[in-house]
Amino acid sequence: MADHHPTGIKRWLFTTNHKDIGSMYLWFSFIMFLVGGAMAMVIRAELYQPGLQFVDPNFFNQMTTMHGLIMVFGAVMPSMVGLANWLIPMQIGAPDMALPRMNNWSFWILPFAFAMLISSLFMEGGAPNFGWTFYAPLSTTYAPPSTDFFILGVHMMGISSIMGAINVIVTVFNMRAPGMTLMKMPLFVWTWVITAFLLIMVMPVLAGAVTMMLTDRHFGTDFFNAAGGGDPVMFQHIFWFFGHPEVYIMILPAFGVASEIIPAFARKKLFGYSSMVYATASIALLSFVVWAHHMFTVGMPVAGELFFMIATMLIAVPTGVKVFNWVATMWQGSMTFETPMLFAIAFVILFTIGGFSGVMLAMAPVDFQYHDTYFVVAHFHYVLFPGAIFGTTAAVYYWLPKWTGKMYNEKLGKAHFWISMLFVNLTFFPMHFSGLAGMPRRIPDYNMMFADFNQLASIGAFGLGLSQLLFLGIVIATIRGGKKAEDKPWDGATGLEWDQLPCPAPYHTFDTPPKVN
Amino acid sequence: MSETEQNQANKKLIVRLVGIVGGMFLFAFALVPLYDVFCEITGINGKTRGKAIYQSVEVNKQREVTVEFITDINRGMPWEFKSLVKSIKVHPGELNEVKFYAKNTSRKDIIGQTVPSISPGEGALYLNKTECFCFDQQRLAAGEEVEMPMKFYVDSEIPDDITHLTLSYKLFNVTDAVEVASGATK
Repeated sequence: MADHHPTGIKRWLFTTNHKDIGSMYLWFSFIMFLVGGAMAMVIRAELYQPGLQFVDPNFFNQMTTMHGLIMVFGAVMPSMVGLANWLIPMQIGAPDMALPRMNNWSFWILPFAFAMLISSLFMEGGAPNFGWTFYAPLSTTYAPPSTDFFILGVHMMGISSIMGAINVIVTVFNMRAPGMTLMKMPLFVWTWVITAFLLIMVMPVLAGAVTMMLTDRHFGTDFFNAAGGGDPVMFQHIFWFFGHPEVYIMILPAFGVASEIIPAFARKKLFGYSSMVYATASIALLSFVVWAHHMFTVGMPVAGELFFMIATMLIAVPTGVKVFNWVATMWQGSMTFETPMLFAIAFVILFTIGGFSGVMLAMAPVDFQYHDTYFVVAHFHYVLFPGAIFGTTAAVYYWLPKWTGKMYNEKLGKAHFWISMLFVNLTFFPMHFSGLAGMPRRIPDYNMMFADFNQLASIGAFGLGLSQLLFLGIVIATIRGGKKAEDKPWDGATGLEWDQLPCPAPYHTFDTPPKVN
Repeated sequence: MSETEQNQANKKLIVRLVGIVGGMFLFAFALVPLYDVFCEITGINGKTRGKAIYQSVEVNKQREVTVEFITDINRGMPWEFKSLVKSIKVHPGELNEVKFYAKNTSRKDIIGQTVPSISPGEGALYLNKTECFCFDQQRLAAGEEVEMPMKFYVDSEIPDDITHLTLSYKLFNVTDAVEVASGATK
């Protein structure tokens, strides 16, 4: 009875089961990851050498724009929601998410939103070409007609994220098993609750920004049009008021994943649990007062630059606390290096590199040189690829036995890790140097002097792209014919989902609340 | 918790969370006036204020401030537009007049709107205009040319470290927007 569920397409269309919806989110985000990745391949192929080889500059701009939008809204965010769906009910001892039907809807909006966004590539005038940050007036006065599809797409994915976030908050606040106090919750749940609050605070602001774009484009308003008394710089303020918390939306759940995996394979309790919770909360709070560090060069008064610079550098403190705690958890632990642990350790190291370049960018005086160069590209790819995406990858390897009841092939998993590790650095590390030397971002052609660094980055990108197909192969092979997993494949793993549920987790879990120690 | 209690607790929480979502959506629009108010109080984005009324005050003959004028024309605006004076030195407190020149070089009537901006941004608080073409829109017939006066004074409170003010005007073509608006009211 516990495993009874409808079959065929109807199971997936009408499901309200958090595990089914979690799987659909994860598969959807992986498909988007491949689509966005394919666009990155076009970008890197064009940049393999100076001059124009494969695509014309306008199409190149469409590629950078769509790559950014698809990776942020289609790959990283849904993958985190997928993990939340699978894990949060099991980790807090709830039978399902609090609002299962809304859960179904919030997933099924996404394919339509992205179909709309991607369809703009095939329209007259091409897809949006103004960068994923869609600054006005590029996105208003000078934008292609397909921008309206982009606007409605953003509205839809925003609604989906907001519903997902509300669902997480209600689930965690109202459906914890008796005895599961807030400060006993696994860190993945904590980071997700905080992420969910960020989502409901800033996604509506993004919706407001695109609505203003829409009315500026078609209904004669002048929010961002200087001729009518508006101000294009205000667009940047509104966008980054959303945009900066957004970067923490993408990374905080990965923090949670690392905080689950590292203790499991170090066979020690997480060092400084409560400081982890407070650090995550302070990062989230600070993220609301730092937005203008993305726009130091618009001409701000010195007082403004000082404020945003200092507030930004302050974020390094709670982030430092987290990194310290992860390292202290590993300190003198009996560590083993299975694939999830490898990805988690690489996450800590490489995310920290991305954090450091972030501190460099936070300094207003030097940012004048770094602004809009490849250094910025290197920075945010270091926090997003080996940060958010390695975090998700680690989570998939770690919980795959719980989800499927099968073990992945450890040898192939490790191969996937080392290949990714090599190529991710080969792709993004040279960008630091080309950026510091002055190569601007979002250009299809560049000065000869940047040729070597770009060639390295392109080779790295092709390898990195291919190695993700290996990941796909490993996951499919595990589902189809992996070895049967034990109920507790990781001896150091703790938490309700490992201690009280078999592998694979039955379709319905915790119909009666578990006992929490 | 029983099921109904659970449902009620959920509903209460959902209403609050949806309230936050709605509030933040409105907040995005509230940012627009807030932004203007903030910039006007602090004068940080170089937006000049509206019409000022000149009160004769003691002119500070000891100080000189150089005021420079820049003009620039937006894409798709077939006008000539320039300042007849590139820069003048003024004493804080005294009323000055400069002239700008505009000519419609196209073959149809066009309505133009200039948007002023001052650099450094803090200077916007101290440059007061008593008369300016930028307060209104200009309609020029095909080939028509015009000299437009602008009267201003620099506030005697201007901080010592500001020795130069650059007043820039950007000229926009607003013909379509004006005609759409008046068509709508007809």
